[in-house]
Amino acid sequence: MITIENFILITILSPLIVCVLTPFISNGIILRDFLGPIGGIISSWGAFNIMSSALNNQNINLEIVNIAEGISIGFEITPLGAIFGLVASFLWIFAAIYSVGYMKGNKEKNQTRFYAFYAIAVHAALCIAYAGDLLTLFIFYEVLTFSTYPLVTHKQNEMAQKAGRLYMSILVGSSVILLLPAIVWVWVATGSLEMSQNGVLDGKIDVAYAPLLLAMFVFGIGKAALMPIHKWLPAAMVAPTPVSALLHAVAVVKAGVFTMLIILTNVFGIDFLAKTGASEWLIWLASFTLLATSIIAIFKDDLKARLAYSTISQLSYITLGGALATSMATQGAALHIITHAAGKITLFFVAGALYVGAKITKISDLNGYGKSASLIFLAFFIGSLSIIGVPPMAGSWSKFFLMLGAADSGYEVVIGIFCVSTILNAFYLMEIPARAFFFKKEREVSVKIPKLILIPTLITSFLTILLFFCIEPFQNLTSMMVGKI
Amino acid sequence: MIDILIKNLPILVVLCPLITSLFVVLIPNIFFSWVLTTLSTFLTFLFSILLYQEIQIKSHISYALGKWMPPIGIEYIIDRVAIIPIIIISGISFFATIFAYKIMPEEIEKKSISKVYSLWLLAIAGLLGLVTTGDTFNLFVFLEISSLASVALVAMGAQKDKQALVAAYNYLIIGAVGATLYVIGVGLLYGITGTLNMEDLTNRISDLNNNKALIAGFGFMIIGIMVKAAVFPLHIWLPRAYAYAPSAVSVLLAATATKASLYILARILFSVFENSEDLINNTLLYVILPLSIIAMFAGTIMAIYEKDIKRLLAHSSVAQIGYITLAFAIGTKASIAAGFIHMFNHAIIKGGLFIAITSLGFFIQKRVTINNLSGLGRAMPITFFCFVLCSLSLAGLPLTAGFISKLYLIKATISSDAIWIAILILISSALSVVYLWKMIEVMWIREGKKILIKEKPTIYISLIIITFFNIYFGLDASLVVNGSFEAAEKLIGDLK
Repeated sequence: MITIENFILITILSPLIVCVLTPFISNGIILRDFLGPIGGIISSWGAFNIMSSALNNQNINLEIVNIAEGISIGFEITPLGAIFGLVASFLWIFAAIYSVGYMKGNKEKNQTRFYAFYAIAVHAALCIAYAGDLLTLFIFYEVLTFSTYPLVTHKQNEMAQKAGRLYMSILVGSSVILLLPAIVWVWVATGSLEMSQNGVLDGKIDVAYAPLLLAMFVFGIGKAALMPIHKWLPAAMVAPTPVSALLHAVAVVKAGVFTMLIILTNVFGIDFLAKTGASEWLIWLASFTLLATSIIAIFKDDLKARLAYSTISQLSYITLGGALATSMATQGAALHIITHAAGKITLFFVAGALYVGAKITKISDLNGYGKSASLIFLAFFIGSLSIIGVPPMAGSWSKFFLMLGAADSGYEVVIGIFCVSTILNAFYLMEIPARAFFFKKEREVSVKIPKLILIPTLITSFLTILLFFCIEPFQNLTSMMVGKI
Repeated sequence: MIDILIKNLPILVVLCPLITSLFVVLIPNIFFSWVLTTLSTFLTFLFSILLYQEIQIKSHISYALGKWMPPIGIEYIIDRVAIIPIIIISGISFFATIFAYKIMPEEIEKKSISKVYSLWLLAIAGLLGLVTTGDTFNLFVFLEISSLASVALVAMGAQKDKQALVAAYNYLIIGAVGATLYVIGVGLLYGITGTLNMEDLTNRISDLNNNKALIAGFGFMIIGIMVKAAVFPLHIWLPRAYAYAPSAVSVLLAATATKASLYILARILFSVFENSEDLINNTLLYVILPLSIIAMFAGTIMAIYEKDIKRLLAHSSVAQIGYITLAFAIGTKASIAAGFIHMFNHAIIKGGLFIAITSLGFFIQKRVTINNLSGLGRAMPITFFCFVLCSLSLAGLPLTAGFISKLYLIKATISSDAIWIAILILISSALSVVYLWKMIEVMWIREGKKILIKEKPTIYISLIIITFFNIYFGLDASLVVNGSFEAAEKLIGDLK
């Protein structure tokens, strides 16, 4: 019988072990390539067990290193963390298989380095998911930023250098200048770095300062990509597509919104937020980001750039859900972490597949490719439907809860915003399969998509349908998160 | 036998390098003079560790030199505060000496090497004397010993670059002015109190409130020390001196020289003048605090625009000294502790960075400028890796020693309701990422000339050790943190 503490270790350490082993077996190419998927399977096995223990409401604390008095690196299982941890580790399996296909198909250089840093990034994301206190959260938040830099600048050319600069300056700058003092402020105010399910700030901080502290958190968490600190995400698209798919649609950005939700629920507490109205401004900022980036996405012809803006818009759904500060909206936000992850990773997989198979990056070049690559466009279609929120795709659940939450909170206008954004989503995502299937081909190019790319893409698109029917355990976890069970 | 050793530890720490420096000069062989120097620094390091253990038991050691009882005789005082710079100086000098073995003969002609080692030990003895002595005039003597030895060491760089002479001359003049100001201050205080012993001085000035001579004496002393500690804007000697000194000397000076003076500054502010509260509070608030904040930004911005890497690191040191003095300026127990934490961490960070840059320079055989770094990251992976880790530590990123100092500094500022200072500190540390990243990026991304370089273990061993410390003290900081808090308690506890 393996204890839950050990499962935490298994989950977070397996990507780290993959990273350490990768350089040593770089000669045995096949073995090296399969390390990632194997690590993913072991890691998500642990994550499944952690989730089931979270469902049984077990309280687990695990201290790893005691840095000095009152500061330590420790892990703890929260319902939201269990969800995020499962998402990151489970999708890593498919992303790892996909990256093998992509890197081979594209004949990229320095593959060993790529796999090693890829694994560290997953490790950091998992550590964020199970972080037991604010400092651990911050530490791995930074590790995630730095481990993704070599991935973003993988091509090591001028463009990558520029993008890397923007990426680092926004993410490091915001987190160091705002997030760190915000965390220390909480530390000084409450006397510890702990978080708790109902928030820790009630009565510990002057209500007048609450919006300021919240602003420091919101703009400090650059990974949540709220406007005006969203520019790093489109810039990061210069990275190879597996990075965009797992990291910039799942691990990194979800770490951002996860941190945001944890701060809103476990540091401020939704009751405290609802009572003081400290998050009201955040509702409007998130709504604005949501609509503005949807509109920008329409005008992007580069497929990855369009998906990037779509991601920013979808992240704002989650922040908005937290800011509404009702239990329904928070549940919706938490569910959106899973449903959007499955949908968006599929879309990025398709973008990468098209690049490997036909060197297409622009949407306007897609005309008529539907016949030669029907499966890949089918996957895209299913993923898009999930993101738009059409049943029976997973995305419909989270949108449903978010809208209920908006109604509860008394901000009816937000429901309207969700509706408008849904229409915009449909508009900019449906263009892609529509062009592929209904437009005429301009020139003949054969599309050859490697099996290692095609299969993970189909699986993740199938996951969006599966999730629609299996949402129950996740929904139980989210209701535990808001204290309903 | 052991008893006698333990009893005389305070003086042995200073005497060991002082005496060996006289013998090293007589050994013409490069290797043997290096061995003797290493042995001597190792013994000194050992003595200071023994001293550290002694301090854990006794917490305050007073040693009367030549059995002349204080306040007439010279007294050496070692307490929980003084032990921090002692450990830093003796430890770093030991590692720097190991590192010097390969580097020194590259830059200095063979026949003067043993003289250099002699000066090297003399400088170390001077620095250690500074921090152990409890006598204001004896402090001046050590100040001069360490300064003159350092000036001569800097001037040795002239064999490679004639600019070193200018740097040494600047250092000499400015340093001499600083020392003179300090000794004028000592004279004034002696005039009104009739004592040179620090503890005695503290007691005698308690009933001299608002005495003009006291204020003048204090001013002279503080400014003299601030010159030596390179507190902005009295830092102008520092960038040149660090940049043109022989590489091994840069490592030694950057990591230790200013630390000793910063310690003296803390000692004067919080211990010697503890009874003149108004004077100290005004100095902290109107002099040290604004200067530190300017230093933080000026140093960082100068570093951003600097192309020569050694100078860049020197400018960055000015900014880092700003953090330390800022911590002192806030003047609470937590902030002074943060200052000591950063004093220790900065020594290992800057030591590591200077060693890394020197190793790079050793292999490319040129002055290390930003353009010369192209592609070196791929050519020298081990050095590059250590350099990146030390840089991250300087920038204060988690899991490194630098993070611990930032964390405690920020916590101290926020605790004393000065959140704007916390934000300023963080903005400046975010700016420091700019110049660090500039170097890393060039090494990592830009293509260089294809050069085949074999990294040598004799050179990178000390780099790896010091980088390891940077990570270790980021993961297990309790030793440094507890030590610093004890030190702060000792200083402030005297105050109230």
